[in-house]
Amino acid sequence: MTEHKPLFHIAKRSQIVWWKAWLIRIFAIILAFVFSGIISYLLTKQNPLKIYSVMLDGAFGTKRRIWGLMQNLVMLLGVSVAVTPAFKMRFWNIGAEGQVLIGGLASAVCMILFGESLPNPVLLLVMILTSIIAGAVWALIPAFFRANWQTNETLFTLMMNYIAMQITAFFTYKWSVPKGSGQIGIINRATHAGWLPTIGKYDYLLNIIIVLIITIAMHIYLKYSKHGYELTIVGESENTARYIGIPVKKVILRTMVLSGAVCGLMGLLLVAGTDHTISRDTAGGRGFTAIMISWLAKFDPIFMILTSFLIAFLEKGATEISTSFGLNESFSDIITGIIIFFIIGCEFFIQYTVKFREKEKNNVD
Amino acid sequence: MKEVPAIKLEGITKSFGTVLANDNISLSVNHGEILSILGENGSGKTTLMNMIAGIYFPDHGKIFVDGKEVVIRSPKDAFRYKIGMIHQHFKLIDVFSAAENIMLGLDEAYNIRQCEQKVQEIVKQYGFELHPERKIYEMSVSEKQTVEIIKVLYRGADILILDEPTAVLTPQETEKLFAVLRRMRDDGKAIIIITHKLHEVLSLSDHVTVLCKGKYTGTVNTSETNEAQLTEMMVGKKISLDIPRSEPKNPKPRLQVTNLSCRNQEGTEILKDVSFSVSSGEILGIAGIAGSGQRELLEAIAGLQKFEGNIEYIDPETQKTENLRGKSPLQIREMGVHLSFVPEDRLGMGLVGNMDMIDNIMLRSYRKGKNPFLNRKEPRTLSEKLIQELQIVTPNANTPVRRLSGGNVQKVLVGREIASSPTVLMAAYPVRGLDINASFTIYRLLNEQKEQGTAVIYVGEDLDVLLAISDRILVISSGCVSRILDARSASKEEIGLMMTKNSQKKGDSANDRA
Repeated sequence: MTEHKPLFHIAKRSQIVWWKAWLIRIFAIILAFVFSGIISYLLTKQNPLKIYSVMLDGAFGTKRRIWGLMQNLVMLLGVSVAVTPAFKMRFWNIGAEGQVLIGGLASAVCMILFGESLPNPVLLLVMILTSIIAGAVWALIPAFFRANWQTNETLFTLMMNYIAMQITAFFTYKWSVPKGSGQIGIINRATHAGWLPTIGKYDYLLNIIIVLIITIAMHIYLKYSKHGYELTIVGESENTARYIGIPVKKVILRTMVLSGAVCGLMGLLLVAGTDHTISRDTAGGRGFTAIMISWLAKFDPIFMILTSFLIAFLEKGATEISTSFGLNESFSDIITGIIIFFIIGCEFFIQYTVKFREKEKNNVD
Repeated sequence: MKEVPAIKLEGITKSFGTVLANDNISLSVNHGEILSILGENGSGKTTLMNMIAGIYFPDHGKIFVDGKEVVIRSPKDAFRYKIGMIHQHFKLIDVFSAAENIMLGLDEAYNIRQCEQKVQEIVKQYGFELHPERKIYEMSVSEKQTVEIIKVLYRGADILILDEPTAVLTPQETEKLFAVLRRMRDDGKAIIIITHKLHEVLSLSDHVTVLCKGKYTGTVNTSETNEAQLTEMMVGKKISLDIPRSEPKNPKPRLQVTNLSCRNQEGTEILKDVSFSVSSGEILGIAGIAGSGQRELLEAIAGLQKFEGNIEYIDPETQKTENLRGKSPLQIREMGVHLSFVPEDRLGMGLVGNMDMIDNIMLRSYRKGKNPFLNRKEPRTLSEKLIQELQIVTPNANTPVRRLSGGNVQKVLVGREIASSPTVLMAAYPVRGLDINASFTIYRLLNEQKEQGTAVIYVGEDLDVLLAISDRILVISSGCVSRILDARSASKEEIGLMMTKNSQKKGDSANDRA
């Protein structure tokens, strides 16, 4: 009997040694840089090595740049850590953007309304509470509908993003300075009321410390707490969860409240700790980038430090290339895109192996 | 009748991993004949037919169509040889009309009027009832089946394979289908029908080919056989297994099920008025064709399935009676009922495949204590003890359980369920897919539980095993209890007949639905 086997086929690996997986990843990164080097040479006729050195310079060139990179890194890391419990539960929360924004808006509103009436420590406490609650509620709404009526959480959380953006747009217009400009400007520029304190002269150090604490706490929560264990089971198999008597609905609600609360807190850090203003773009797409960072790190918060560093570095470096070579923004996006593509793509070769057709064909698959 | 058979199989063999699904099977059907393929669940009927229809490719063996050897690599190839299969689960698009579904995937120019006309002709020719312009979602199950049949006829099939076509039909609909099939036979089509209902085989087919556990048992002419002979061929010769069975010690009622009924999501009645009791220190075997309600029964007891009726648990120490009705699995545990359940779907329900053995062992015990953090120490000790005692083959206790072989996965699951010293232990198909050694480990564990006074419920498919290990056997058929027999005196044929008979009750419930 003749059977035409295809030239090669894909088979799932059952197991891979850790160093082999890392070898594949490193190889992919090298390949990515070679490939994007070729592309950038073709497009710009510049020496690729020079481009990369500009990239490094953009990220690490000066102390200020390093701090900027760190700030970007921890904000991405914070949002990534926030979405992780949801994704680990297989709850497709693409609404981190809105949850961050609404948390930021809550603290901005407190700063504007109570900036003069409350003493600063009390104001800060109120801001922390409201931003956490705002983020949590923003996540709880889709979770409630999903837990009770099986609505699609992807669409729901996406819609919540737009609602958050429009509400923010409404307030930035209402309170815009000067009137009608649609921009709120620096809030409490004179009094610094509601601004997060700085440690020494390092503007971003407090943010960095807070996010690192959250990251470690989340790592412990996911790996060593009963809650973390339950949400993992719900994510892996709802049937098993029910069989073992885990209240699935409760776990979904609880996890999303946590996820949204951390997002809200990140909003606070952005508004009160970094920008001191609010606009529709305060979250700046971090809610979406965070999903990628979380997946790349396989939902391990500690590993996320590495993946968010990678993304933050790429973003900073690529922007630097565009400015110093007089190219437009799109070029940096191309480079970032290529590198991320390779990094994500190589996971496929870690999960699967390519088997080529064997010469003899005694048995048929 | 022509000399050359329409389709002929010679020595077809197919294995999935280490499981031999079809072992050297041969059969043939002539034009103008109906062949029944009879066999219990898991006997390899559907696998065999899927190879004719181009869904699987045989490991060994030859297929001849009209006397010529053919290679069928895909359903497209099958159609080229005029073979059409009607699957058990319909593959239709709900929002399309019948005619649109029939057109789907054809190379000819899209002309729905012409198609509808041609469908009308087929409908008239064989006496179907169908409006080609109606949408699928408006149709009853039997109409959908009609669409599937016409779909293959439209493509010019001469050889039709029907996989358990009557499973979803009422007796009246079944009669209509049979009338149509007879007309097709008279028209010269070769028809193969898969079934495990004996009376249908006898009333419809010309020949019967019987499979048993993937092996070919024989082919007989329908006119020369009877139910008893077919049952014997289907269940195979009694094999005596060396499973020890002790007399129940001091049996006391432990679980009392009365008038239990339940429906599935579509509202079909799955269990009907089921009553029985299980005592401590005995193994109650449950025998039945797969899908007769066994799963729902166990899930109802475990608190995973809503039901009407009562399930009462008699506490061995206090003798207090607790009603489990309306209780969740958690509430049942909190009531002090030590109920262990080895579900059919091991990695989808009993265990989490991506987690390691320690985390899986912990599933039953992690809640203990007020500490918000997990204690992995005890589960680790227990895992290592189980690895030793049950000879579980695994690199270590940190390996995800999905990487273990089927038998070892099952040992992890059964080991965990037994470790919580249950008073009631339910096991659904606990040895499915396991090799002899692993199977015997499971039998030994169940017997140990019985001797310790646990009430054991064992749902099995292998009648030899059920007869050897159980004290009593409950035969379930279409969601009803056929009878409860003494396993020491019951015969295999007796059970086999009770599993397959009584289409009347099934018909009633199907009518309720319609």
